[in-house]
Amino acid sequence: MAVSATGVTRAFAGREVLKGLDLSIGRHQFVALLGRSGSGKSTLLRILGGLDDGYEGQVWVPAQRSVVFQESRLIPWQRVLPNVVIGLKATAGPGALRARAESALAEVGLADHARAWPVTLSGGEAQRVALARALVREPRLMLLDEPFGALDALTRTRMQSLLKDLCARREPAVLLVTHDVDEAILLADRVLVLVDGRITLDRAVAGAEPTALRSRLLEELGVVG
Amino acid sequence: MTDVLRPAVVDIDLGGPLVVPRLGGRRRRNHRWPPPPRAVRRAIGPVLVLALWQLASNLGLFSSIEVASPIAVFDAGRQLWEQGALQSNLVVSLRRVGEGLVLGVAAGVFLAVVSGLFHLGEDLLDPVLQAARAVPILGLVPLSIIWFGVGEAPKIFLIALGCAFPVYLNTYAGIRSVDVKLVEAGRTFGLNRWGLVRQVVLPGSLPGFLVGLRFAIVGSWLIIIVAEEINAQSGIGYLIMQAQTTDRTDIMFLGLVVYALLGLVADAIVRFLESRLLSWRRGFTGS
Repeated sequence: MAVSATGVTRAFAGREVLKGLDLSIGRHQFVALLGRSGSGKSTLLRILGGLDDGYEGQVWVPAQRSVVFQESRLIPWQRVLPNVVIGLKATAGPGALRARAESALAEVGLADHARAWPVTLSGGEAQRVALARALVREPRLMLLDEPFGALDALTRTRMQSLLKDLCARREPAVLLVTHDVDEAILLADRVLVLVDGRITLDRAVAGAEPTALRSRLLEELGVVG
Repeated sequence: MTDVLRPAVVDIDLGGPLVVPRLGGRRRRNHRWPPPPRAVRRAIGPVLVLALWQLASNLGLFSSIEVASPIAVFDAGRQLWEQGALQSNLVVSLRRVGEGLVLGVAAGVFLAVVSGLFHLGEDLLDPVLQAARAVPILGLVPLSIIWFGVGEAPKIFLIALGCAFPVYLNTYAGIRSVDVKLVEAGRTFGLNRWGLVRQVVLPGSLPGFLVGLRFAIVGSWLIIIVAEEINAQSGIGYLIMQAQTTDRTDIMFLGLVVYALLGLVADAIVRFLESRLLSWRRGFTGS
């Protein structure tokens, strides 16, 4: 088990955003979490990522986890390589850390950008660096908060297949927060819909007929499909 | 409705010859000589001003006692240089500004870090500093003489005080302007508090600090002029005051020119620092 959460409740100024939510994610499972704006999906991700501890309930996550945000959040005054290894301690000498970062950059196709400044990167490249920064930590759980939301359609498609390849190779458990139904079906093993602070739909993607699943998800999201 | 598709290319009567799209319409005539480099073009203005000044002096438009001609100023400079008076007073002024600047910048940065990073520090320090910065530094000249006498201390004190405020204000604003999203990301990727300060917060405040440093340098020249003219036995300001008692406007102008040149040099140093320290902003890969 990579995530086990029971009875998670989170309120902001008296308004409950998550209402006794239960969620478990298996090892190596790729889960997409769909929801409209304000449904509480980012709140849940922030709790799992350790960025918010004002919740009630029980949450278990692996210590080795990493986050990819919607914005790359690269530190502008550090070059790409130090951004990738930020916060990591050199246990086996600085050379080893550097080698790990270089191989992570190679995995996302940016091996020759190690010395570039973040401002010189395109949106897609910056997001790939953010992916490399997550991967280099060898996470057992990857939390992705609409990571491709700000990218153009072509770049998004390329990033989706890159992410799919990377996850197939590294096999972390993944929670992908998105509002894109097609992205969810394309990438995930299992799709959840969050409505009003509760998970109201939980479907496996394998074996489901994509068109039927798609319209079922849209219906759950309140979009008549 | 089915419609016949129009051809993609349509013949349009342009009503005239085609032109290359270019702003201004008319083509520039070919220059036989390449235009002079920008530095030369920019030097033309100041040189012209000096030439007119000299011309006006030669024609007797200015009284030579009230306004010394550029050549007279240059001669005065050479004369004082040969006597060694220019160098020795310059060194004295530079020392005062340097020591005051170092003390003031250090104090400004220290205070900015304390009130930028700690809420308690902010609550204790910021209101005091915001109120104190409204006090004109030069109004403290008489008090500083009572406190520190007439030696080096009052001058260095005034310069340090004048430098500390702009450095404090801009560095503090710089620290507070660091994107909380970056701080949050740094924390998720394992930076501890000190790591966040060292890798995220302080580098992020550097642009603000450099703006403050610029203000501090400009301010320190202003303060040294006044401090040396009121109460000093040496320094460029003292040289100017001495010249007043003997009606030597050439030396007075020389002092102003020296101050101006020092100001320009200091500004160039800060700009050099900016280009080195903030290279990430424009993405120079450096060498």
